[in-house]
Amino acid sequence: MISRFEVQETNKMIQEENLDIRTITMGINLLDCITDDMDKLCNNIYDKITTKAEKLVLTGEIISKKYGIPIVNKRISVTPIALIGGATKANSYVPIAKALDRAAKTVGINFLGGFSALVHKGCTAADTILINSIPEALDVTERVCASINLGTTRSGINMDAVKRIGEIIKEISLRTADRNSIGCAKFVVFCNAPEDNPFMAGSFHGVGERDVVINVGVSGPGVVKKALESVRGKDFETMCEMIKKTAFQITRAGQMVAKEAAQMLDVPFGIIDLSLAPTPAVGDSIAEIIEEMGIEMIGAPGTTAALAILNDCIKKGGVMASSNVGGLSGAFIPVSEDHAMIRAVEKGALTLEKLEAMTCVCSVGLDMIAIPGATSAATISGIIADEMAIGMINAKTTAVRIIPVEGKDIGEYVEFGGLLGYAPIMAVNPYRCDGFISRGGRIPAPIHSFKN
Amino acid sequence: MKGIITVIGKDKVGIIGKVCTLLSDQNVNILDISQTILQGYFNMMMVVDLTYTNTDFVEVVDKLSELGKTIEVDIKLQHQDIFDTMHRI
Repeated sequence: MISRFEVQETNKMIQEENLDIRTITMGINLLDCITDDMDKLCNNIYDKITTKAEKLVLTGEIISKKYGIPIVNKRISVTPIALIGGATKANSYVPIAKALDRAAKTVGINFLGGFSALVHKGCTAADTILINSIPEALDVTERVCASINLGTTRSGINMDAVKRIGEIIKEISLRTADRNSIGCAKFVVFCNAPEDNPFMAGSFHGVGERDVVINVGVSGPGVVKKALESVRGKDFETMCEMIKKTAFQITRAGQMVAKEAAQMLDVPFGIIDLSLAPTPAVGDSIAEIIEEMGIEMIGAPGTTAALAILNDCIKKGGVMASSNVGGLSGAFIPVSEDHAMIRAVEKGALTLEKLEAMTCVCSVGLDMIAIPGATSAATISGIIADEMAIGMINAKTTAVRIIPVEGKDIGEYVEFGGLLGYAPIMAVNPYRCDGFISRGGRIPAPIHSFKN
Repeated sequence: MKGIITVIGKDKVGIIGKVCTLLSDQNVNILDISQTILQGYFNMMMVVDLTYTNTDFVEVVDKLSELGKTIEVDIKLQHQDIFDTMHRI
C-alpha cells in the first residue's frame, strides 16, 4: 500500500519543485515521402505528419491529467530534411520548411525538429541546399528547428561546413534582427549528434530508427536541488547517492508516461532522455544545484567538478531506472533559460571560456548564449570548432546554439520570451582566428576512432 | 484500477461528505481514508477503486477538481501507478 509520505513526496516534487515531463516527442520517418516533385513532396510530408501525430497533443493532455504530472511540451522530430529533399531538383528547401510548419500548427505542437543535415564527413548537393535554405526557413516559419551535425569521433570535423555555418548564423541573426535574432535560438550544430534526442532545437529522427517512435524527455532540476538541501555539508559519496536516488525516481515517472503514451498512440516506445533542463523560473535551475553543492556562484573554481558529478550521477540513476535511457541524458546548461546562470554572467563569475570548460563534462554544449551582433562569422566558426573538437576527442555529444544579437553589445540584454528566457550579451575573446578557419578541408578523425 | 485522492485546503463543514457523495454517484469504491487537520488546514488522502465506474478516469479527475473549486479546496485524483513507479523497484 502506498503511504501518505510517498504520496506527499511525489506531489511536493510536482507542485513545489517543478518536476515535469518536459516533452513527449514523436519521431516520424519521412523517407517514404520522397518524390521528385516539390509540391507532391510537401503534401506527402504534411499528410504523414498530420496523420501520425493527430492525437499526440490530446494523448499528452489525458496522461497529464491521469497522473497529475504536467507534460509541458508535445513535439515532433523528422528524418533530416537534406535526405528527403535531394530527389527534387529544387534549389531551396524553404517550401519543405513551410510544409513542416503548417503540419506543426495543424497538430498543435510548439516545435518540430529535423530541418537538418548530417555533414560530418562532407556535404552532398542536397546538404548544401539545405544549409543555404536555413536562414530563410527559420525566418519565415515559426515552429521549425534546424540542426547540422558537423563532426563525429569516427570521422573528424568538416571544417568547410564549420566555416559556412559561421556565415549562416550571421545571416539568420540579420534576417531575424527585428525579433532579437531569435532565429539563432532555433538552430543548433552538433558533434556526435544523437539520433533519438527528444529535446529541441537539435531533435531529429535518425535513419536507424523505426517508422514512428515515442521518445520522452524528463526534467526536474528543482527536485535535485531540494534533495541536496537535505545532505548539506555531507561527504561526496552521500551527495552522489542522493542525486542518483532522485534521478531514479524522476526517470521512473518518465518511463511510465512514455510507455502509456506509446500504448495510447499505438506507436513503439523509443527512449527516455533524463536531462535536467532549466526554465527561467526560480527553483528550476541547474546553477542553483551547483551552488547548493557548495559553490558560491556558478563559474567559480570547482564548478566543472561539481557539474561532472551532477552529470554522471544523473546518468547512473537514470540507467538503473530504465533500460531505455538514451538521447542526451545529463545536465543542460543553457544560459538564457536559467536565472542563476544569468545572474552569474552579470556578476562576472561566468564567462564564455568557463562555459566551454563546463561543456567537457555536461551533457551537451554551449547553449543559448547571446554574443555581440558585431562578432565576425570566422570567430563564430572558431567557437564552434573548439566545441566540436571537445566532442570529437572525448567521444561525447557537444553542441553550439549561439545568438549574435544584431545591434546589441556587451552588457546589453536580449529578451527571447517564454521558455527561451532572456540573456545578457556575453563578451567574446577579441583576437581573431580567420587564418585557421579559412584553411578549408576536414580535421581528420582522432586516433582513438580506429577501434575496428 | 486504483487511484489516490488528495484533498488539501481550509477546513470547513462537509468536505468528506461532498467528496464521498460524488464518488458514490460515480460508483467509485473507497478503500481507505486518512485525514488530519494541520494548523486549520484540512489534509485528506483516499485510496479508491475505479474498477466499476462507467465514467472515464480523466472525467472523474475533472469532476473532483470542479467540486474542489466550488468548496474552495484543492482536490486531486491521480492514478496509483505514478506513486508505485516512483517509490517501488
